Amino acid sequence: MAADTPVEYIKHHLQNLTYGKLPEGYERADGTLVDEATWTFARTAQEASDMGFMAFHVDTLGWSLFMGILFLGLFRFAAKRATTGVPTGLQNVVEMTVEFIQGVVRDGFHARNPLIAPLALTIFVWILLMNCLKLIPVDYIPSIAHALGLEYFKIVPTTDPNGTFGISIGVFLLIIFYSLKVKGIGGFTKELSMQPFNHWSLIPFNLFLEILVLIVKPISLALRLFGNMYAGEVVFILIALLPLWIQWTLNVPWAIFHILVVVLQAFIFTTLTVVYLSAAHEDH
Amino acid sequence: MNINLTLIGQSIAFAIFVWFCVKYVWPPITAAMEARQKKIADGLSAADRASRDLELAQEKASKELHKAKEDAAALIDQANKRAAQIVEASKDDARKEGERLIEQARAEIQQERVQARDALRAEVAALAVAGAEKILETSVDAKAHSEMLEKLAAEL
Repeated sequence: MAADTPVEYIKHHLQNLTYGKLPEGYERADGTLVDEATWTFARTAQEASDMGFMAFHVDTLGWSLFMGILFLGLFRFAAKRATTGVPTGLQNVVEMTVEFIQGVVRDGFHARNPLIAPLALTIFVWILLMNCLKLIPVDYIPSIAHALGLEYFKIVPTTDPNGTFGISIGVFLLIIFYSLKVKGIGGFTKELSMQPFNHWSLIPFNLFLEILVLIVKPISLALRLFGNMYAGEVVFILIALLPLWIQWTLNVPWAIFHILVVVLQAFIFTTLTVVYLSAAHEDH
Repeated sequence: MNINLTLIGQSIAFAIFVWFCVKYVWPPITAAMEARQKKIADGLSAADRASRDLELAQEKASKELHKAKEDAAALIDQANKRAAQIVEASKDDARKEGERLIEQARAEIQQERVQARDALRAEVAALAVAGAEKILETSVDAKAHSEMLEKLAAEL
């Protein structure tokens, strides 16, 4: 691994496996020039950064897809075999999760919409599974990936802002959609412009404030999750830099603490999504 | 920490997962849970009903038992009365029969006494005639004196 100094080790661990488009005439890290615009794996962090928007984090996408399919596969399997008799094993776990989500939705959502509960379930379990990847020791999977010839490999999708913003933008679109659907364009505009100060001269101020509030919702959702996971990841990497014999004294408590954090962050994301969507359904 | 197409890819994946969950995961699980809930509720109400039925049945049974006991007591009472009546009646009969027998015996005794007296009277008359014959050494014409003898016998 390209990790000779602690700083390099940390940077290396925080770099995603990026597949993107390098522009024509770009000078790569080894000094070669790119003849024409090509799609390729980035070999350095600088290359990944220079690829700009036209790039994919293969590890983030791959692991989040894997976790999503794992979630849906497990739950679909349980759903197919669900009996009305005494539930056992997997069905118990699935039903407990579903009941928990039903409780969250009952408490936080005050309109009627059959989409909200399954949406909340998807968000909760998916984020929980993605967060749980963090409990795998930081060097295991990247080492395997390195042996397979992949320079960078970051397995926790929620430590990538793309991963968290991808979800929160989906939530944001739903907020806009339901606001428009329930309140109509007029109602939504009125809500944005006539609150909190119901006077025509303050419409610009209201608009500014309300749109800010609206936009802050997905940003806060994504950044809260990302910030917590990223910070935790950095601490795990720092602990991994210590001598081997002392690592467990810090690693174990931090990992135990993170069992709480991964669940809590998934729960917060879910609850806030439900609350935001509930607000979007409220017609004044 | 670059923002790139991953963002859009993640959003698309999210949308597909939500769609799949809404369509294929959520409904069967909640349906099964609701069905079980209903089953349990039905079971509980059936148990309630059964225990109520049992209570009613027990009440009815105890009522029946009570009634049967009363009937039996009435029957026994009646039978006792009847028996007493029969005993009384037969006692009565027996007493009557006894009296009748005694009466009959008395009548017979009376009759025999009358017969014996008549016989004795006849004997006495004959004896008297014989005595008188001996005394008189003459025969007394029994026929001629029978009227007087009979008068004598009647006086005895």
